Amino acid sequence: MAKTEFEKSILSRPVYGEFEPMTGKAHLFIADSEGAGAILDLAKSAPKGFFDIAHIIYIPKDSDWKYVPSLEALGAKQLYVGPSFEAAITRIQRVLLDASNGLQIYLSGTEGLMGRAMLEATNIGYPYSAIQTEHRGSKARRMQCVHCKGVTEGVTTDPFECSHCGLNLFVRDHYSRRLAAFQGVCVDAEDPGNVPDKVEIT
Amino acid sequence: MNIQFNDETFRGDYTFKNSDLAIKRFPFPFDKDSYMYAVNMEPHTPVREGSVYYNSFDVDEHYVSEMRDRAMVLDEDPLRCQSLSHMELHGWDLLELIMVEKAKDYPDLFELHRDGDNWHWINKPLGIEDKFTFMDATTLPYGPMEYITRQTQGDFCVLDQRDDNLWMDAGMVTTQADWSLDFDIGMNFFEWHAPVPLAHEKGIFVRALKFLLNIQQGAPARRLNWTMTVNPLLDTSPENYHKWGIQKTSLTPENIGNKQHLRVELQTFFRLPRSNGLVFPIRCYLIKLEELVTYPKWARRFHRVIRDLPEELATYKGFIDNRPMILEYLSQFDDGAETSPGVWPEE
Repeated sequence: MAKTEFEKSILSRPVYGEFEPMTGKAHLFIADSEGAGAILDLAKSAPKGFFDIAHIIYIPKDSDWKYVPSLEALGAKQLYVGPSFEAAITRIQRVLLDASNGLQIYLSGTEGLMGRAMLEATNIGYPYSAIQTEHRGSKARRMQCVHCKGVTEGVTTDPFECSHCGLNLFVRDHYSRRLAAFQGVCVDAEDPGNVPDKVEIT
Repeated sequence: MNIQFNDETFRGDYTFKNSDLAIKRFPFPFDKDSYMYAVNMEPHTPVREGSVYYNSFDVDEHYVSEMRDRAMVLDEDPLRCQSLSHMELHGWDLLELIMVEKAKDYPDLFELHRDGDNWHWINKPLGIEDKFTFMDATTLPYGPMEYITRQTQGDFCVLDQRDDNLWMDAGMVTTQADWSLDFDIGMNFFEWHAPVPLAHEKGIFVRALKFLLNIQQGAPARRLNWTMTVNPLLDTSPENYHKWGIQKTSLTPENIGNKQHLRVELQTFFRLPRSNGLVFPIRCYLIKLEELVTYPKWARRFHRVIRDLPEELATYKGFIDNRPMILEYLSQFDDGAETSPGVWPEE
């Protein structure tokens, strides 16, 4: 599966690129699901010894373990395979604490994973513009309800029901890096109960 | 200057209204019979004594009631006032700017006495008197930005300037035209304006940013923006949209003159001396259609502006569904006569 193409959108909506191997003292990869594909594609053009200084943190999610043997074959200095981002978060924070000049960060997979990992990196002062990202797999979004402030993970339809307050929310493209979330706004405020049919987010 | 402060509400029974004087000095934003986005910046220098453009921070008859409404919003939702950790210095800059300017422009309402860092602030309309140490936040009941903006009409975006951009890293936002500080805090100039239609394509924000980055200390700028609001609701926040959105459907031909308001933002921009940040006050003025049409020039012009506004803008400004009824109301005041150039009410 190749990198995802998105329609042109508003300027707060993140845009994702395609990994390029950078020179650095260390490489940190954080990926979920199909995001493994971005790492494997990068490996094809990476110089010899690139993964000797790499740390891969991978959350397989719905891809099961199908990419794990290939990732193991890269021979990264460290490879962690974990069940969820929440489970991996303290490890990520610990690794970032050690980050020194010359660390290169690569995030791939779903927007929710990339957004949350980027937030961890920027929280310790890493500039977001220096982080490489590549979108792969599901277009599910991490959405914040502007009304109750609760975040709903893995939203795939527009509108959707807030998992916290239950309001029917429409999916905006307006995105906050600080919250690592898109904004959801009540869809039937002016005509209560008139909720449009759900459509798949594209 | 002798201001009679109204006792009025911006919620519930909505007793807000404008006196004849407040109508006359309303910042009508249209200098011709049509509207399209423009950077439309001008120096924030005094124009016409008594107008809203005369003082750095305009204080009017709604002051006391607006501050009471702000306190209620903050009690319900403290996230409407936020300041990222590197923004305290900007807050002191802002506190100084407002206190100095208000004490100078309204000496009978506000007093500032300074002895080195020992400051003594008196706000007579709100009955506030505090002695504090400048730059020591522990000597104030709130952080400096929150303290002074609880006493100043208008929303305040406090911007950090770095990397050739402006970052909305602090603010007091309780009278907003449907945008969320809590969501937008930390964004740069292009990101927080991202949802605005048409203006990006016209290069408006690129030019506006260039202008704002170069604003110098002591040379503030201003511009106007506008939208429409049903009922004199200051707090048209996205946070509460699921509660107030339904009010947009309450217009009838009988109540529209009283319920439909033109909402104008007087946006000003001041360089902050210590932090080199920028403060961007957004002062909201509301006027009922029945108040606005008391000036024939404004009535004619407003009818033409609303009639000819591109659909995207009427949608973005949130009144596309009510536009036909608004036009029907306004059309009775438009006899087709020519209007004179400029924003002032008289012909």
